[in-house]
This record gives sequence, C-alpha cells and structure tokens, in this order.
Amino acid sequence: MSSVQIRDVRKSFGNFEVLHGVTVPIEDGQFVVLVGPSGCGKSTLLRMLAGLENITSGTISIGDRVVNNVQPKERDIAMVFQNYALYPHMTVADNMGFSLKLRNAGADEINKRVKRAAEILALAPLLDRYPRQLSGGQRQRVAMGRAIVRDPQVFLFDEPLSNLDAKLRVAMRTEIKELHQRLKTTTVYVTHDQIEAMTMADKIVVMHDGIVEQMGTPLELYDKPDNQFVAGFIGSPAMNFLKGHVRVNGVAAFEGPNGVKLPLKTAPAASDGRPAVYGVRPEHFTIADDGAEAEIIVVEPTGSETQVFAKIGGEQVVAVFRERHQFNPGDKIRLKPDPSLVHLFDEATGKRLNA
Amino acid sequence: MADVAIPRAKPQMSEDSAWTQLKHNRNWLGFWFMVPAMAFLIFFLAYPLGLGIWLSFTDTRIGRVGHFVATENYEWLWDDSIFWLSVFNTLLYTFVASALKFAIGLYLALLLNENMPFKAMLRAMVLIPFIVPTVLSALAFWWIFDSQFSIISWSLRHLGVIDQNINFLGDTTWARICVIFANIWRGVPFVAITLLAGLQTVSPSLYEAATLDGATRWQNFRFITYPLLTPIIAVVMTFSVLFTFTDFQLIWAMTRGGPVNATHLMATLSYQRAIIAGQLGEGAAISSAMIPFLLAAIMVSWFGLQRRKWQQGESND
Repeated sequence: MSSVQIRDVRKSFGNFEVLHGVTVPIEDGQFVVLVGPSGCGKSTLLRMLAGLENITSGTISIGDRVVNNVQPKERDIAMVFQNYALYPHMTVADNMGFSLKLRNAGADEINKRVKRAAEILALAPLLDRYPRQLSGGQRQRVAMGRAIVRDPQVFLFDEPLSNLDAKLRVAMRTEIKELHQRLKTTTVYVTHDQIEAMTMADKIVVMHDGIVEQMGTPLELYDKPDNQFVAGFIGSPAMNFLKGHVRVNGVAAFEGPNGVKLPLKTAPAASDGRPAVYGVRPEHFTIADDGAEAEIIVVEPTGSETQVFAKIGGEQVVAVFRERHQFNPGDKIRLKPDPSLVHLFDEATGKRLNA
Repeated sequence: MADVAIPRAKPQMSEDSAWTQLKHNRNWLGFWFMVPAMAFLIFFLAYPLGLGIWLSFTDTRIGRVGHFVATENYEWLWDDSIFWLSVFNTLLYTFVASALKFAIGLYLALLLNENMPFKAMLRAMVLIPFIVPTVLSALAFWWIFDSQFSIISWSLRHLGVIDQNINFLGDTTWARICVIFANIWRGVPFVAITLLAGLQTVSPSLYEAATLDGATRWQNFRFITYPLLTPIIAVVMTFSVLFTFTDFQLIWAMTRGGPVNATHLMATLSYQRAIIAGQLGEGAAISSAMIPFLLAAIMVSWFGLQRRKWQQGESND
C-alpha cells in the first residue's frame, strides 16, 4: 500500500491539451473516485498513473518514488479494465496467475495466491472455466481477482461496472467497497456515474474539461459544492437552478424568473441586484403556504419517494417528497426551498457565492 | 391426405392442389435453390475428380479410348524413379516454401500491425506480388535468374563477388532454390495480410493488461498474440500448403521441371506425361497420387481447426 501524489500533471495529444495541470493528493489506503462527464480526462489520468500514457508535464509519484519514467510493470499497480481484458484462451485460474507466472513465481505460490483470491471473490468453483463461459458479473470478479492476486501498491479501476446491468452494478458496487474495506489497498476508481462515486469514495475528485472542479468527501461535495458544475453533477435528481437577482431589502431574498420570490438565509455582502443562480436540491423543497406558486406537470412515483416536475415562474423544477401527496398534473401547489440548504452561484463564473 | 377423402365436384381440382402443394413445399423449393450450386460443383469438381481417378485405372491415350487396366499405372509409377523424385521435390518445395512463407508472413504482419507512418500504403504494397498474374511474375523471375542476362549475376560480377555468371536455372540446387524463392515471393502477401487481419481482432486492452501484469514484448507475443492467432494460422497454413503442393504455373513458366527433373513437381510431371506425352492414364495416376498427401494436409488442419475449448460458447465443461 502506498500514497499517490499527482502534481500539476498535464497531457497533450499533439497540440491538443486534454489535462490542464491536475493535482490530486491520495493518501495511503484511500478510495479515491475520479468522476466527470466523458471527455473530461479522467481515464487519461488513470492511464497515466498506470503508465499506459506518457506524462507531458508534472509528476506522478507512488509512495516516495516519482514514476514518470518507470515502466508500467515496475510501478506495482494493478488495473481493472472496462471490458475486463480477460485473456480468452486462459482459464480463470491462469488469468489470475498470469502476472505471478511472468514473475517466475513457483507453482505452489501461484496456486496458493490464486486460491486465496478466489475465496475472497467466491470464484473457487469457476477456476477451470474460460472467460467465455462466465457471466458479466463473474468476469468482473475475475478481473478483480487478477488484480488482488498481485497484492499491488495501488488498484486502478477504469469504469469497471459500466458493462453490467443495473441490478448487478449495485451489487458489484457493494462488493468492491467491501473488498476495499477488507484489503485497505489504495484505490483509484474512474467512473462517469456520480452515484458510484458517492457510494464508494472516501474522496471524490470531480473533473471537467481537463481540470479538477472540486475534491472532497462525498457529503462535502453534496452539501457545499464549490461551483455550479459540481452542484449539478453530484446528486440525483440533479439540483434545480433558477436564474435571477439577489435582493437585499431588509430581508435577504432571491428574485427568480418572472419575479418569483425565493427565500435566502443571508445575502452576499453588497449584492443587491446582483445577477445570480439559485440552486436548490429536489429533496429540499417542502409544501408550505408561503412557498412559491408552482404548477404540476408530471408526477413520477417510485415507491419510496415521489418526484414531482413543476413550473415555478415558467421554469421547470423537480421536487422529491418522501411522503405521499395526492398530486395531479395541472394542480397548483406552493413549493418552499429550505433557506438554510439553498446554494447561490455567480451567474457568469458559476462560483459559489454563499458560505 | 385429407382432401382425397373429401368428394369433389371436379376431379381435376385435386391434381391442381397437389401441384400447388408441391409448389409451396419448402423442401421442394429449397431443392431448386440448391440446383445451380450443385450443378456447378458436380460438373466442375466432382465430375473431373471422378474422371481423373477413373482415367488413372485405364490406359487411355490422347486420341484413343482406353481400357480398364486396374492398378497397372500405379505399379509402373512405383518403379519409376522420376515419379519418386517428383514426390520428393514436391514435399521439399511445399515444406520449405510453406515454412518460410509462414515465418516471413508472420513477421510482416506483426510489423504492419504496429503504428507507423504510411501504414496504409505499406499494407497495399505488400499485396503487389499477389495481384501480379503468376505467369508474369514467373517470366520476370525467369529473366532475373537467366544464365546470361541475370541481373543478380551482373550485379555480383560488377561488385567483384563472382567471376562468372551463376547458372541459376541450370544447376539442380540453384534451380530448386530459385523456384522456392519465387513461390515464397508470391505466397507471402496472402499469409501476411490474412495474419494481419487476425492480429487486428486481438483487443489492444489485452496487451495493456499483459503489460501491467509484467509481460515483455516477447511475452506479449508468446502468451497473448500467438495463442489467439492459432485458429487463423491453421486456416492460412492449410490453404498455403494446398496451393504450394499443387503448384504448376510457376514451375512450368520458369523451369518446365528441369534441370534433369530437379524441379519437377507432381503437378508438372502429371501434365508432362498426360498432355505432352499423351499418356492420359499415367498422368491421371500421378495426379491421383497427390490425393493422399492433400487429404493428410487437410486432416492436419481439420484437427488444428477444431474449435478450441476457450473459443466455445456457454457450455460448462
């Protein structure tokens, strides 16, 4: 196990720079998730960490050693690929033991370590099968087994769950997290799915267009997003954004679209009339007489909660209620955001304005 | 049939319906769809093959209907040293040329699979020997290996390596080397391009995974590329061996089997005996004698081609 330091790393393909100076400190034993929309550079960063891509500038160190010019096989890392990259002509046992075989480990040693990994992942009955004969989830586990057998300093996961169906994805998510809690190996996990990031990470790194937007624990990112991008990316259903102006007339308030009044706990200093974006999570709406008038468009019950799509001042918002209201499309209701949980962003830069 | 039992006003109706039924019978229709292909195979493959085998048991000559002579032709061949020389030549030619075609073809395929400038152009260039008609390239080689005007002899003389021209096609050893060389030159593109196609089906992430697992480039080839390529190698080499074994054009255009029968293959000897000398029966016997060898080659590939366990689908054993 090792810490990993990514310092001001840049990556260019020809003249096109895809990573613009990324710095990510990763502590020993941490589970770090790199998350962002496709094309944000998260997979490239992971591949640079693995040694599959060159580092244009900056440094990456694993433990105390700068690995910029270290061959992938000497970095002591193991990677789980999106398509698993299992060797089709080898049995499960051979797949898992391949790296040990290349290291000239003895047959007994290989057997012992493969067996141990197979037990951890419940793969023992499948050791003689070929990848073709396995289901998606089993292949996924073999790919992880191949990584575990090596007992590396760092595990790298490149969108490992995106080829699985929804139910299996949830199950494997838990399995990977449990595995990490058991082995405590430093892990870097790339995904575009913010729910995976939220549920698994010790630390989330939100990336966008080749820069780090924000780093922190899942709840830090959820409670206090640094900017509008992170606010919109983390959380499901996504945060509602309403454009308008800050008003400070005795009480702080927000004037939303078409003059809708929305509550604000405190206004940023000297900000009367300042154009801003008002952000409120769907779960932070309540039904209250002093709420903003909203017309219901669609009601989507999911059982545990109900998602209500409504229009406030002509803008569509979504609200989530745990309790079961009797709503019908066309109904007029009054939605009130919880002022202490409201986010305010600069309209131009998207930076967070309230504390 | 049900409609037989039902009394009908017009008896013709049942005839009509039988024909209509036949028209709509899928097997009947399927039979007619197969007829063109069957006719083609029967007239151009099965019939000539059968005729050749039949002729080998007769004493047919050009212009004279033969009589059945049982295995007399084969008994003659058994004691014919030229026939045995042609068998040896054919095996030598096939074995050496196929082995070298495989080695060079695989090397070229691996090279062309790398990222390099002008990749598409290089790949196209590799195919050139394949698209030149065999006889034309054979004629070119004939000139290259000519005893007086050979460009190789000329170059080596001017470089001071040799004093007099090499008698490429007049010396038995040189002649064999020359025809094998020409065959390799012509056969390499087929092997290279087919293996290249096979290489491109190997997912790059397998190499990345192997690299992270600690494989060197050689180990990547040895443990990933080669095993994944074996099915396609089996196909390519079967075809390559069959084509080489039955080669005729190159030899006939370059040496006509000479010197002193040193380059006579079974195919060229058969042609010489059957068409040039007119002994159709004996020529057919030589041709038929190739069948066991070809069958053996096909058997080898049959077992080589059998789907390996790892290629099989969902079965659980």
